[in-house]
This record gives sequence, structure tokens and C-alpha cells, in this order.
Amino acid sequence: MRPDPLRSKAVLSDLAGPDAPVARRSFLRLGAALTGSLALGSKPAMADPAQESPPADAPWSQSIGAGVVDRPYGRPADTEASVIRRNVPWLTASAESSVSFSPLQDLHGIITPNGLFFERHHAGRPDIDPAQHKLMIHGLVERPLLLTMKDILRFPSISRIHFIECPANGGMNWRAAQMNSLQFSHGMVSCAEWTGVRLSTLLEEVGVKKEAKWAMVEGADGAHMNRSLPLDKCLDDCLVVYAQNGEALRPEQGYPLRLVVPGWEGNVNIKWLRRIKLGDKPWHSREETSKYTDLMPDGTSRGFTWLIDAKSVVTFPCPEKPLDGPGLYEIRGLAWTGNGKVRRVDVSMDGGVNWQTARLHEPVLSKALTKFTLPWRWDGRPALVASRVIDEAGYVQPTIAELRKQRGSNSVYHNNSIQTWQVKSDGSVFNVQLA
Amino acid sequence: MYSSRKICLPLVAILLAAASLAGAAEPGSFGYGRVASPAQIAGWDIDVRGEDGAGLPPGKGTVDRGADVYAEQCAACHGTFGEGEGRFPKLVGGVGSLRDERPELTVGSYWPFAPTLWDYINRAMPMAAPHTLSADDVYALTAYILSLNDLVPHDFVADRNSLPKVKMRNRDNFIWTDPRPDTIAKPCMNACVNAADVRISSTAEGRDLTPRTTGPLDTMQPK
Ligand code: HEC
Repeated sequence: MRPDPLRSKAVLSDLAGPDAPVARRSFLRLGAALTGSLALGSKPAMADPAQESPPADAPWSQSIGAGVVDRPYGRPADTEASVIRRNVPWLTASAESSVSFSPLQDLHGIITPNGLFFERHHAGRPDIDPAQHKLMIHGLVERPLLLTMKDILRFPSISRIHFIECPANGGMNWRAAQMNSLQFSHGMVSCAEWTGVRLSTLLEEVGVKKEAKWAMVEGADGAHMNRSLPLDKCLDDCLVVYAQNGEALRPEQGYPLRLVVPGWEGNVNIKWLRRIKLGDKPWHSREETSKYTDLMPDGTSRGFTWLIDAKSVVTFPCPEKPLDGPGLYEIRGLAWTGNGKVRRVDVSMDGGVNWQTARLHEPVLSKALTKFTLPWRWDGRPALVASRVIDEAGYVQPTIAELRKQRGSNSVYHNNSIQTWQVKSDGSVFNVQLA
Repeated sequence: MYSSRKICLPLVAILLAAASLAGAAEPGSFGYGRVASPAQIAGWDIDVRGEDGAGLPPGKGTVDRGADVYAEQCAACHGTFGEGEGRFPKLVGGVGSLRDERPELTVGSYWPFAPTLWDYINRAMPMAAPHTLSADDVYALTAYILSLNDLVPHDFVADRNSLPKVKMRNRDNFIWTDPRPDTIAKPCMNACVNAADVRISSTAEGRDLTPRTTGPLDTMQPK
């Protein structure tokens, strides 16, 4: 291979050579700054003489970088390698029927990058050939249809920003505070801009018969995952989507086609969508009887509990992002509700004795993640930081104690309780529950 | 669709009538895709309704035949008698445990409808090779799992008529309308609780259940 004149040896040796103290020092400093991915909490080295000298011209300023298609499909900086979806190995028997969590502690906005959107599969991730994928709509319809991806792309398109949350998000904290992490306590929620066709458009095209009251939606994966949905919801705001944040759906998110059921539990947002059948009664599939039902203390169970109730969480500070000494901080967090828009978020630093209303950041969208912030001067004393959302229906996020009073602690799903983070005087943060 | 041989007047009437349906489009107005033929529908029309078994196909299976297929195709994960290997789901047990501190939710203790069992095995099992069992074998496996749970006698034959009649133990304990919101909190702002009463009831600190969130994925193997 011919040496690339643009990448001279001199530049490379500058990085490592003993005759390049300035460059090396700045390199070390960079390393320290990046160990905690854009670390909000990394300590400045107090007696570092480099702090006093003029900023060095870093090696990347003295060389030429990679050309335009060096990475034809881009990817995050190498130093962000820790920002990934993660799983809990002890939680499930196999990775094919399991879940991964989004790294909320390192996300800064309301949109989840496509590679970090949480995953929940029941029979692994199928890799589907879109040329062979079809959507069948049949049952109580006038004109049953078989649509190819090409056909679906021709229908009038619509884009909407919506969250999807697995109703088991927080399930591991129903009985007690177990997961000492934001990623593992709240990471089964993500939010994207979805593009596709309204389900109502497709249903008008097939012609809904008068007797139809329910739809059965089914995936093309090995589990043919299926759920029943009331027809009213299908005609209201459901979307059959092929794109996520502007590009084709990721295979983990249902490529080439998935259902988005805004504000309702993740499981009904069928991925790899292959079939919609209209009927007059619900199906009571395994995923809506054995699973995704809520067992109450009296032994009865609630079924068809689709709605995601309002929920919020402080994303900074959190166990992964401790505080770095007393001073002024910006408390940051996310709130969402299946009822529509977030109306208000309050934050408490003293375990719910007093609350202050946080600032909501635009855009505040219906059934989407909403960002909130509140400035906080931390005096270095122990604190109990929590957030509480109120949605446009007037619903107030409950405490875990209030939820347990109604539902006990065997219901696994729909834990939307207030999250309390204990901040110790050294700045470290722990997941706790209050009596 | 509308024959051009028809005279104009009825056509105008139809269009006016359609327009008056407040924007409701006529079926087929885009005309994309193909009308699905009965044979095409039959190929994918696998769903079975739990409550009445609508959609169950012809065929039948005995408990004994089910035991044989189960030993070959299911026992490795679910255990010979449905007790579940490792963390794979148990298919038996937990009867009477639903009000306990650690309830066990299984076909025997929790599932409300027997046809759902046929549907799920047919739809998703065996996990590594779904949709490879014959309808008869799915009936046989259903019969076997029901008999492991003492829900049917040993001479039970599962078919489209017998399955909907099996009375599942937990059938009447589901409420199918969502009673939420079931908490009504008031958004108090100041002195909401007595500061002296604020007490930590549980902490995740030191529990050792949380995988690491930096570096490569944590396999949580004992260190
Ligand atoms: C490779 C392991 C494996 C094999 C083999 C297997 N299963 Fe499963 N089975 C699973 C897993 C994992 C689940 C849970 C899947 C989920 O929740 O997404 C499951 C779930 C089930 C359930 C639902 C349990 C419940 O209470 O919800 C039934 C019933 C079942 N399997 C029956 C069978 C039958 C019958 C066979 C043989 C034909 C079989 N399985 C073979 C792994 C396996």
C-alpha cells in the first residue's frame, strides 16, 4: 500500500513522541475529560499546570482528518462507546425473548437515537426482506387486501413524534428499590419521529363492516406476536409506520413495518407487522392473558390495561451521573403521558416535603417525551431528589406507596411511580423508595 | 368498479351520497395492492379466539401423543413435567398462589382460556422452530399440558369442540375494563409531609443486582 501523503508519520509520532510534551499533555487531559462520556461530573484537576497555560493546539488541529465517506453510514465518536443499550442477564432465560434498556443517563433530548431505542423481542429480531414482506388486512372488511411495501409507501404519509414504553419499565422496582441505575430502572422508554400511513386510511381503503369492533394485529416474527385492539383506537391515532427518525425502521424496531399505538403500552405496538384482522370480539391472546395483565392483591387481575399513565424521572443527577461537589447544577429530566400532553412537572429536593415547578422545554407534544429542567444550588448536604408530573387530564403521578395501596406489589406492569434519588454528601446517587 | 355503461344520473347520485358521508372514503378509492383471495387469507389466518375457540382448525390429539411430542420438542426448556428448566417458564403449578407474596402464574393457575394455549403453541413454540408442528400435534400438546395441570382427565381428546369447554381455574377472575386512574393525588407544593417522617424504606445500594453501565456489556458472571 502506498503511504498516504496526507497522513504523515510526523503527525502520528507527535502524538506519542517524547518531543511533543504539549500534545501529549492535552491528549491526557482529553482522556480524563471523556472517561464519563461528556461527563457532567468529572473533577477538574486542581493543581494541573496545564490548566494555567494557554490551551494547546491539539493533535487533531495539526493534522488532517478522515475524508467524507470514511464512514459512509456515520457512527458516534469512539469515546462514546459506553453509551449503548444494555440488558440484565439474570432477568430472562434467553436473549431472544428479552429486553434491553436505553441509556437515558447519556441522552440529552426528547428523541432517542435509532441505535439506542430500547428493544423487546419475543422470538429474537427477524431480518426481513422488504421485497417479500406483505401486510394483509382482512376479517370483517368489505375488501380484504394484501399490500406490499411499495403499495404502503404510496398512501398519504404522516409523521408524528411519540414515545413507546414497555409497561414493565420499572417492574423490577415494584417490590423494592432494586436497580441502582437510571438505565435499568427507566430505560424501557424511548421516543422517535415515526413516518407512515394512518391506520384509519388503510381501514377506509378495505372498508370496515358494521359488526367490526376489534382488530387483531400480528407480527411476522417467529412468535407471530399478536394483540387485540379496540377499533376506536385504531381509527383514532394509530399509525402503520416504515420510518423512524427519518430513516427506514431499524430491524430491532420492526423493519420494514410496525404499528405505533400512541400512548399505549409498548407490547401492542406490533413490530414486523404482517396482518390486521377485524372482528367483533377481542382474541384474548397469550400476550393479553398470561402476560400484560395486572395481578391484584385480592387475586383478581386487570386485563386490557393499555394506557401508559403519566410518569417522569430526573435524568440528572442519577446513579450513573453523580454530583461533583457543591455548587449550581441544572436538574434535568423527562416526563410523558399516554393521556396527551404533559402540563406541569414539579421537583423536590427533600423527599416530597416541598416542591418547585420545573421549566418545560418546547416542543411539548402529545404522547411524546417532554424535557424539563430546574436550576439547583446544591449545598453539599444529603438530598432526596424526585420529580412529579401532572398531565393535561389532571392526572398526578403517584408515589410508590400510593400505587401499592391500590395494587399491592405483584402486578409487574405499569409502575409509573415517582422516582426518588438519594444524593449523599459525597455527591453519589442511589435509587431509594420512601415509606 | 362503477360500470361506465350505467347512465349518468345514478352515478351522480352515488357520488353525492358518498360526499355526504362526511369524508368517509369509499373502499378501494386508492386502489393500491391486491384484493386478498380466500386461499391467500387461509395461508395466514392462524388466530384462535380464547373465549370461544373461534378459528380452531380440524384435527385432534390425545394426552399420550402429547407426552411423546412434548418429551422430544419441549421438555429441554420447560422440564419433563412442565416444571421449567432454569429460568424457562413453568407450565404447571402455582394453583392457589395468586394471593401469595410470590404468586406463580402458569397455565394451571392463571390462564383464563384453554384455546389460547393451542393458539400460543401453534403461533410461537417450540421456540427455536416455531410453526413446524401439525395441527394434530398442537392439539396433543395442548391436551398433555392441560392434563399435567389436572384440568382434563387422562383420556381427554383435544379438538375444536372440546377445548373451548375446558373450565380454566382462573377464568372468572379477570376484569377486562381498565379501572384506572386508581390513585388520586393532589399536587401539594409546600410542607406536604412532615420532614421528620421522610424515611427511606428501601435502597438499591449494595444489592449487587445492577449490571454495570460503562464499558462493555456486563455478563454478570461471578467475579
Ligand atoms: C428453547 C427453549 C424452548 C423450547 C424448546 C420450548 N419453549 Fe415454550 N417457551 C420458551 C420461552 C423462553 C417462553 C417465554 C416466551 C416469551 O415470554 O416471550 C416459552 C413460553 C411457553 C408457553 C407460555 C407460558 C406462559 O405461562 O405464558 C407455553 C405454553 C410453551 N412455551 C409451550 C411450549 C411447548 C408446547 C413446547 C414444545 C413444542 C415449547 N414450549 C418448547 C422456551 C421454549
